[in-house]
Amino acid sequence: MLADSRIGTLAAPSAEIVAEKGRSLWQEATRRFLGNRAAMFCGLLLLGIVVFTLVGPYLSHWTIEKVDWPVLGKVKDLGFPSLETGHFFGVDESARDLYSRVIQGTQISLAVGVLGSLVAVVVGTLYGAVAGYFGGRLDSLMMRVVDILYSIPFMFILILLLIIFGRSFIMLFVGIGLVSWLGMSRVVRGQTLTLKNREFVEAAIAGGARPMTVILRHIVPNLMGVVVVYATLLIPEMILTESFISFLGLGVQEPNTSLGALISEGAQTMQYGEIWQLAFPLVFFVLIIYAFFFIGDGLRDALDPKDR
Amino acid sequence: MLKFILKRLAVAIPTLLVLIVFSFILMKVAPGNPFNGEKKLPKLVLENIYARYGLDKPEWRQLLEYVWNIVAHFDFGPSFQYRDRTVNEIIAQGFPVTLTYGCWSFVVASVVGISMGTLAAIRQNTWLDYFAVGITIGAQAVPNFVMAPILTLIFSLGLHWLPGGGWNNGAWPNVVMPVIALSTSYMANIARIMRSSMLEVLNSNFIRTARAKGLSGGRVLFGHALKPALLPVISYLGPALVGMITGSVVVDVFFSTGGIGSAFVNSALNRDYSTILGITILLGALTIAGNLLVDVLYAWVDPKIRY
Repeated sequence: MLADSRIGTLAAPSAEIVAEKGRSLWQEATRRFLGNRAAMFCGLLLLGIVVFTLVGPYLSHWTIEKVDWPVLGKVKDLGFPSLETGHFFGVDESARDLYSRVIQGTQISLAVGVLGSLVAVVVGTLYGAVAGYFGGRLDSLMMRVVDILYSIPFMFILILLLIIFGRSFIMLFVGIGLVSWLGMSRVVRGQTLTLKNREFVEAAIAGGARPMTVILRHIVPNLMGVVVVYATLLIPEMILTESFISFLGLGVQEPNTSLGALISEGAQTMQYGEIWQLAFPLVFFVLIIYAFFFIGDGLRDALDPKDR
Repeated sequence: MLKFILKRLAVAIPTLLVLIVFSFILMKVAPGNPFNGEKKLPKLVLENIYARYGLDKPEWRQLLEYVWNIVAHFDFGPSFQYRDRTVNEIIAQGFPVTLTYGCWSFVVASVVGISMGTLAAIRQNTWLDYFAVGITIGAQAVPNFVMAPILTLIFSLGLHWLPGGGWNNGAWPNVVMPVIALSTSYMANIARIMRSSMLEVLNSNFIRTARAKGLSGGRVLFGHALKPALLPVISYLGPALVGMITGSVVVDVFFSTGGIGSAFVNSALNRDYSTILGITILLGALTIAGNLLVDVLYAWVDPKIRY
């Protein structure tokens, strides 16, 4: 308090000189990101897709399970996309409405991507920051563990998990969460190593802050730039993984679906001329993947302009 | 160099052991086993079967024997599903197929990717560059399980140029589509990495010096620029190899090529645990060996790495 009031009295006479207000790192980054047309467009596109998956179900009276019996068996002739029948995207091979199934698949794929990435952010950041901050033997032990886990072909482990414990959303999520944080922890550790010798960390330690306080209050906030970029680029990877699993028929269980499962079903029926069953899920899939790629790129340019 | 290889091996071998032990434990904690199905077997029969598959011993003995048989005899034991076949036979049937299109994919992805990236870099901002960059961006979001149906749609159902599936003892029309489907996205990534690293190298001082000496464009490119520009690509080859090995599952399922991927999926659906375990370990070992090879290659090419 004392120090504050003293600064106040000293600063008062020069108050007329209006200094230009400084801009923080995040304000600068926001400005750069808003100026990136490709990233902004993809951001809006993604927002549109999310809004669509939320509003879309109310526009159609078909659900993901309801079978349109008159169409069953005559999907090629009657099941094509049309506004009159209410099947905006047509029907799938079992005569269920593809519009509501694509919406649900998109929701699940996005959820898997975001949740997987969230695990990476929480676990990976803490793990990497702790390893990097304490250094020494703990660091080499923790990083050796990551090295070993990293070189295990986790796709097979994931498939093994799904076979043995049954297919479920939770198992899929656990499997993806188990490995998604590995890359993040490496990136974060590297950043922590450069941060931990900076003056503000020294000041915090001198001020008597305990190690975990230093990590959580001083190091982690400064890592956010890298973490945000990496997490955004991780989302499409997670979606790809989930789709791969679903393509093999090991993902979420019927009647629930995901984009990978829909693409797999569509790929089997396209030879009968029911191309819409492949096209609609594929378009959504590709748009989402691209959107995240470009947003991630844009964020990288915005938050770390020197790293090109 | 030898010390470096030994150091990498010191990580690779425990990794492999962790993989084996982890998969083995997973298989053991799985509810039920293949022999207590709907039909109740008499106790004596069950005991005989357990003795035949070594399931009557304590679990740690089973694990040790399993590891020992793999390490010493390269023997993955009998299949739980097909009573007259061993896992080795199942692997021996599918593995050559996977190896054939896997190797081709790897070669195609690296050769085409590297040349495309290099061409785009030396002709920066021409139509060739834009074309390469366009393909790269396009192929990035098209994983193998999306590429496969699209290829079939065009070349098999549309143009009738290539057969839609089957292996046919590796006749080239049967190999083309699996290889393209498997290699495209990795090719695109390699091209992208190659282009940016080549651009960086071409703008560096030692290349300017080489040009100032009056060397021809080809000498500058192949004698000076190529090697340093390849470094980031080499470090990507490891993940690419892993991706192609896992991608073989998709190729087998989609093109019915009958490789090891289809054996994996079949045994997965039949709960043939010993076969799943065997294939997981084999492909895992392959992945680890591939990564090791890439690391050694990197150390060999990069003069900055001390070992």
